[in-house]
Amino acid sequence: MAVYITTDSDGVMTAALTGEIDHHSAAWLRTDIETAINDSRPRLLRLDFEKVGFMDSSGVGLVMGRLNTMRRLRGELELVNLPDYIRRVMLMAKIDRYVKIK
Amino acid sequence: MPRPKLSPINELSATLPSLSVNEKLARSLVSSFVSLFDPRLDELNDIKTSVSEAVTNCIVHAYRDSVGPIELTIRAYGSGVIYIKIKDKGCGIADIRQAMEPMYTSLPGEERSGLGFSVMESLCDSVEVKSRPGAGTTVVLRKRIKSRMEYAH
Repeated sequence: MAVYITTDSDGVMTAALTGEIDHHSAAWLRTDIETAINDSRPRLLRLDFEKVGFMDSSGVGLVMGRLNTMRRLRGELELVNLPDYIRRVMLMAKIDRYVKIK
Repeated sequence: MPRPKLSPINELSATLPSLSVNEKLARSLVSSFVSLFDPRLDELNDIKTSVSEAVTNCIVHAYRDSVGPIELTIRAYGSGVIYIKIKDKGCGIADIRQAMEPMYTSLPGEERSGLGFSVMESLCDSVEVKSRPGAGTTVVLRKRIKSRMEYAH
């Protein structure tokens, strides 16, 4: 499990998640992403799920938590490259009501 | 005539301490066991996800302020049914119906989505929960793996 975070000159931060997202790893991912947000205050946070091999509902908590952070900063959140099974868990939580899924 | 009790064709039992690193270990054990029966990837993933939810509940809720044993029992039956029991001796659940409601969590503010039981119910054929405050919780998941032969027809 690791997250690779880059921010472009346009204020778009991309956090590329890798490995398995569960309750154990979500705690570390949350810390890493929050630290990066506090450092560079992006206008848009993009969470990239392409390299995620497993996710349970802890991933939903991770997304909802980052949504709250970005709302506080008056920024936006979007989710990209969701494998089908991750999309299914996200839709169970009706996350598409609050977050753009590409 | 009473039906004879079906015996499993394979069985695995393990007891893990309720440490969050063991969420992954529980998934690996179940995954290795179920893989012997040639499941489709989505079936395997459904089972892994459900076990992950149940084991996480033991760690986050049952043994909230302590570390205790999580007993995992996995059985495979000739019919293709996979039976998984996740048992703890933790705090127990006072209101099971409320605990199983989608989006309900007893721990708001900890980024828990409250979807654990909903995910299990959606991905398995059946979910049984037995619990009593102070006496722990037992969750039994069942899911039938369709054999490759069935898809061929």
